[in-house]
Amino acid sequence: MKSLALKRSAIALPQGPGIMGQAVAQFGTLGSLIMGSCVAAWLIFMVIGPQLIALDYSFHPLLSLEQLGGPDDHFTLKNYLTLATNTLHRAVFLKTIWSSLLVTVLALCLCYPISFYMAQTAKPRTLSLLMVGIVIPYWINELLRIFAWQLILSDAGILNQSLMAVGLIAEPVNFRAGNTAVIMGMVYAYILFMVFPLYNAMESLDKNQLQGARDLGASRLRIHWKIVIPHAKPGMAVGCIMTFMLAAGSVAAPQLLGSPSSFWFTQIIYTNYETANWNLGTAYAEVLALLSLIFLFSMLKLFKLSLKDLL
Amino acid sequence: MSSTRILKITHALYLLLFFVYLFLPLIFMSVVAFNNHPIPQALPWKGFTLHWFGELLQDHRMWESLTHSVIVALAVVAISVPVGLAAALALTRLHFKAKDLVYALMVSPILVPGIVLGISTFLFWDTRMGVPGGLWTAIMGQSSFIISYCMLLIMARAQRFDTTLEEAALDLGAGHGRVFWKITLPFLRPAVLSAAGLAFMQSFENYNTTLFAIGIEQTLPIYIGTQLRVFISPAMNALGVIFIVLTLAGALLFELTRRKEDSHA
Repeated sequence: MKSLALKRSAIALPQGPGIMGQAVAQFGTLGSLIMGSCVAAWLIFMVIGPQLIALDYSFHPLLSLEQLGGPDDHFTLKNYLTLATNTLHRAVFLKTIWSSLLVTVLALCLCYPISFYMAQTAKPRTLSLLMVGIVIPYWINELLRIFAWQLILSDAGILNQSLMAVGLIAEPVNFRAGNTAVIMGMVYAYILFMVFPLYNAMESLDKNQLQGARDLGASRLRIHWKIVIPHAKPGMAVGCIMTFMLAAGSVAAPQLLGSPSSFWFTQIIYTNYETANWNLGTAYAEVLALLSLIFLFSMLKLFKLSLKDLL
Repeated sequence: MSSTRILKITHALYLLLFFVYLFLPLIFMSVVAFNNHPIPQALPWKGFTLHWFGELLQDHRMWESLTHSVIVALAVVAISVPVGLAAALALTRLHFKAKDLVYALMVSPILVPGIVLGISTFLFWDTRMGVPGGLWTAIMGQSSFIISYCMLLIMARAQRFDTTLEEAALDLGAGHGRVFWKITLPFLRPAVLSAAGLAFMQSFENYNTTLFAIGIEQTLPIYIGTQLRVFISPAMNALGVIFIVLTLAGALLFELTRRKEDSHA
């Protein structure tokens, strides 16, 4: 998608009629009106409006109906400060960041070789087979994909049963304690979001360039470090951004694979939602959104890219 | 053994492991669906049964949530494709100062976790518009980010459009409506169709945004989530098998039509 972004910015901006004039000249009055109202309705009713309401909620205390509009109904940072003062919430939040980073790094390491193989080595027939093979698991619902890991990792799951049958263990091992199961499930569930951006970026790399480097005696490691990775930067950034966001915002994986000791930040939000504490829940959701954006901009900074290089 | 040989074996081994990792969980899940054991587990094997498929197909909540999913997905397609098309045309064809800012705003819904969209959509409609959580809020929440995907897909093609075609038609006296239907839309057709397909799948799959937006109603993923957490029964494995079979059939059909096209070309 990168080349398209570059093309777009390469078009010189003509100094001429305003946006209205341009629209009417190209799409007619009725066309412009329909286009404008479609876009405006989307941005106002689905993007800006809901976000403003959510922010408003997050900066107000939880009140009963009678208290609304009363003296207690005022701007407050209390909800956000709870994240700093409540030790459980703070610990879960930090753990969610750390674990999501781990999921991202694991997914990148797992997917880098296969993406490179698909983009540079695989023959067309093998490639289409690999493509289908990778896409098939993703047509099956995310929840069921994650549930499949529960069947493997639970006390009566395949792994414990097999290990006990072989005699390696006498009692089932609780694989779901801690974060291991949740992290494994997430890496599994989000592979596709890492493979495709990586593959897309690596595919446009000229094979001759690699051959040239090889002929000149560069080692494999050096070729990847000096040629493939710099070329695949936008793909790596997109893959990492999507995976981190999906992991940090995942509801299903911790719900299905987690144990009490592996509480996820989204589960705190969900608990607040169930107990109708919208104000605290919304504040935490905004923190989660902010976290995703901070990660996004750190990746852009790290890879020296702009938002337009990604999408 | 030569080093290229070792490398080849390592490649093959890695590929094998990768696909074992991808498919083994799904195979286990399918085995459980046919195991005559009331708790979803593959071992011990208690004999072959189709009982769980029967249980699934008799569950009226499954049918109800499936109907909801289809309604929501169709509505999301009906909203997301035209709005995404309008946004794509606006971004590719109009030049204005705040374009970067507007672009950032338009892609922002796919850059924040779905749960944030679900909560804000629910609050907006429930408290400000008087529409309680239900199918409508689910449609709104899902569309908010699916429109962005549609926009990006259509934009990729719209950037390659030769605007002189439109200008020529306008010069020859065609109206704007005619130009859109006869020239612009036919050119964008492949992108519009893939946007529709993507929108349907995204909506049908969506869990995070829907869970928070929909209130007490259920779509299929919400139903699956509830079943997996509360009523633990291999019926969900049966549903998984149905998904797998449909996917394989779709992949096969796709491959066959592709080969047919290849042989024609």
